[in-house]
Amino acid sequence: MTITASATRVELLSPAGWSPVCDWDLLVPGRGVAVLLPDGRQAAVFRDGNDRLYAVDNRDPFTGAYVLSRGLIGSTPDGRVYVASPLLKQRFDLLTGECLDDEDVRIAVHTARAA
Amino acid sequence: MTTTKPTLLLVGYGMVGHRFLEALADTGAAERYRVVVLAEEPRPAYDRVGLTSYFSGRSADDLLLAEEGFTDRHGFEVHLSSPAVSLDPAARTVTTAAGHTLSYDTLVLATGSYPFVPPVDGRDAEGCFVYRTIEDLQAIESYAAGARVGAVVGGGLLGLEAAGALKGLGLETHVVEFAPRLMPVQVDDAGGAALRRTIESMGVVVHTGIGTKAITVAEGRAVGMSFTDDSELATDLVVFSAGVRPRDQLAREAGLTVGERGGIAIDEHCRTSDPHVFAIGECALAVDGRVYGLVAPGYEMAVSVAQQLAEQAAQPFTGADLSTKLKLLGVDVASFGDAFGSTPGSLDVVYSDSRSGVYKKLVVTGEGALLGGILVGDASAYATLRPLAGSGRPLPVPAESLVLPAGADTAVSLGSSALPDEAVVCSCNNVTKGTIRAAVTDHQCTTVPEVKKCTRAGTNCGSCVKLLGTIVADELEAGGVEVDRGLCPCFAHTRAELYEIVLVKRIPTHRQLLAEHGRAPEGSEGCEVCKPTVASIIASLAPELEASGHILDGEQSALQDTNDHFLANLQKNGSYSVVPRIPGGEITPDKLIVIGEVAKEFGLYTKITGGQRIDLFGASVDQLPMIWSRLVAAGFESGHAYGKSLRTVKSCVGSTWCRYGVQDSVAMAIQLELRYRGLRSPHKLKSAVSGCARECAEARGKDFGVIATTNGWNLYVGGNGGATPRHADLLAQDLDDEQLVRLIDRFLMFYIRTADRLERTSTWLERIEGGLDHVREVVVEDSLGIADELETLMARHIGDYQDEWAATLADPDRMRRFVSFVNAPGVPDPSIRFVPERDQVKPDLVLLATEEQLLAALDPDNAPFPAARILEEAR
Repeated sequence: MTITASATRVELLSPAGWSPVCDWDLLVPGRGVAVLLPDGRQAAVFRDGNDRLYAVDNRDPFTGAYVLSRGLIGSTPDGRVYVASPLLKQRFDLLTGECLDDEDVRIAVHTARAA
Repeated sequence: MTTTKPTLLLVGYGMVGHRFLEALADTGAAERYRVVVLAEEPRPAYDRVGLTSYFSGRSADDLLLAEEGFTDRHGFEVHLSSPAVSLDPAARTVTTAAGHTLSYDTLVLATGSYPFVPPVDGRDAEGCFVYRTIEDLQAIESYAAGARVGAVVGGGLLGLEAAGALKGLGLETHVVEFAPRLMPVQVDDAGGAALRRTIESMGVVVHTGIGTKAITVAEGRAVGMSFTDDSELATDLVVFSAGVRPRDQLAREAGLTVGERGGIAIDEHCRTSDPHVFAIGECALAVDGRVYGLVAPGYEMAVSVAQQLAEQAAQPFTGADLSTKLKLLGVDVASFGDAFGSTPGSLDVVYSDSRSGVYKKLVVTGEGALLGGILVGDASAYATLRPLAGSGRPLPVPAESLVLPAGADTAVSLGSSALPDEAVVCSCNNVTKGTIRAAVTDHQCTTVPEVKKCTRAGTNCGSCVKLLGTIVADELEAGGVEVDRGLCPCFAHTRAELYEIVLVKRIPTHRQLLAEHGRAPEGSEGCEVCKPTVASIIASLAPELEASGHILDGEQSALQDTNDHFLANLQKNGSYSVVPRIPGGEITPDKLIVIGEVAKEFGLYTKITGGQRIDLFGASVDQLPMIWSRLVAAGFESGHAYGKSLRTVKSCVGSTWCRYGVQDSVAMAIQLELRYRGLRSPHKLKSAVSGCARECAEARGKDFGVIATTNGWNLYVGGNGGATPRHADLLAQDLDDEQLVRLIDRFLMFYIRTADRLERTSTWLERIEGGLDHVREVVVEDSLGIADELETLMARHIGDYQDEWAATLADPDRMRRFVSFVNAPGVPDPSIRFVPERDQVKPDLVLLATEEQLLAALDPDNAPFPAARILEEAR
């Protein structure tokens, strides 16, 4: 989900509750960062060019590598914002986790906030 | 095993012989026969038409026509260096010089022709040559090394080719032609005069209207010539190139019918007086009483015979078009149709400009239909005019508008729509406009390379390729095929157009470019295609735009692919590899030791790259700065292996050590690598410098390759290895250091300016209109007047260069990205683990198979990093 805010801390929701990610200003518009979750899983958190916040799994389901945070953000002509895997370039909708290039594949979406 | 197939024997393996073998394969006739080939020369068929290019860098191997394995694949039995010496039509046997006798069921003679040497005294002296085979050229080349002056007997097409070769070898060159003008068969007096002026301005001395009386010989060597007007010329070398004669001796001695002036007589099906024997190409005398010394009619005969052998409907051969277009000594010359106006009632339309050496003449009927023409100095209209000649239809525009130079008020060039479907566009392979259109409409070809493959059009001399492109484009448009040339869904422009927009409007950001010139809705993010492309354009032009020269600054940081973003190469398990620059492949033992120490300390897998560097694999993002601090301290800098930019300039050891070397290739490679390091381009750029013609650095497989000559350097461009290998083409030769660097500056900047995204120089060169000739005109001759601008842009890039890694280490802002987890700096990524292989490491891919695998590995019992605890500590 996305929350637009000008607050300074970015947090991510996990079964253990909200955990801190980083300062909002540390996020570069159009890029992502990787976040280690308390259970050892990894999330990718993105800030887009319009200052919206997204969080999805960091694992690229096509290769198994934990790299989605390092992909480039883009948007489709109808406005869906996605990340393209840096390995084999499959695109994942940042709001729904759907793979835009293979309808059978979907990644988990996390909840992030700037508070 | 004995074969029950009849034997088809081909005598002669030149261009026409090879085309015949191809046609046997294409028509399926190859399946019906055991095919045996007797070749006189020691190598398979090669491009004799392009023979002169041997002197501009094409090796004997480059000139070969057949792709590797061609004869084996079709089961053709080829005997090289096995000339046939006698034919017994009654016994149906042919005997070779070595005394072997071969039987045949069907015989095809493709014995070609031999150079005519006028019967003058001294013609056999040392220093006298003919110009026909690769061996002839090799002999001329080695003899020319000790010569100063060279003379060519014959000012026709082949004579001028030979003159160009002698001039290229550095000799003072003379051409002696018996007729009153050059190229008497193709052009008229005025055309010959235009040609002569241009050729003389290049320093070739032309003598016309005189015959050679004798070669002056001293101590067995040619030292001069005397002429019919009693004049004399001192020369060290003589090349006879006064025409060719059909090689009909085999047939003549066997009693087959031959022409009064030579040539094996054939009927319209290429059959000789013996029904089991065919003759094709330059050895054959066609039913119209002519012997055709051009390759295109020979190809037609070859295909016709193959079709008959396959029992297909065969096109009879009754005669051919003698049209020619060629570039001699850099001058375009074309002659087509009724070039001399021999049709009763024909009229001439002439344009002549002695200052620029341009002469154009069109021959038309009283009703305005085109009969033929002569073009000297500018033959660009040849491809469209030739197919119209003799069609009987009036020209769609006044003939005078077709001869005026471009830019004149009423100058017109005809589009492809002016051609009827039956017009032959490719005369080498006899392909009509209708066939080309059908390739698009019926065979779904959408690009020129596809159409070339499908129809063979444009695959021989290439003079019709431009017209081919127009026909294909027109046909696609007519078929309603919308070709979206846009870079990506966000931009309707090509990369080259965006480059111009960024440069002219000084737009320093992707965001601004997208807002002002994009086609995406407002608020678009752009995409993974346009972001790195625009980032590359901005990086190439950074000094012009007053943008930061560092790709990780400001908005540029958000546009880079992961490789550029971390200044390293992403590998399949999420780790990165590191390649320090090793200019020219030269490295000190101390630096080698540092690389070894760093690899050992960080547990990196090491491998030597193809570009004479060392790649270190398996670094995690947080290790990259530590690795690079060590490398930078030891004097290394970024090798840009991660960027679409100059990779490496490979070199052989050169004249410093090698006994064959003629220039210091290592020093030049280092100079070039340091000059162009960090240059962002549409795709990666590779280069190499070889110290002699042995070419150990494989420079012709590179985007720009340099090969040493005794006089300096030859520059080759557009080479590629990889999936579609391409040998680089010669751009300019015998350059000094300064000229070489200047041309490379211009070439690279012109490529960066005009290439598409991810288009290597090899495909760019094939795609852009005008191809290599156009690039040479722009880069060497400055036809667009942009050379100064290109050089200035390169100078500013060079002045602005900084080592990206040193600059990154010095800046805390740029350094912030080098953490595996933003919420746990210093914690390594548990998914990046390795297993041993051959005394080094490789990625542990089992760990990545499922998320559960990784979590299981993180269990406190078997993991070094219990994540929760680490996170706790990190807070």
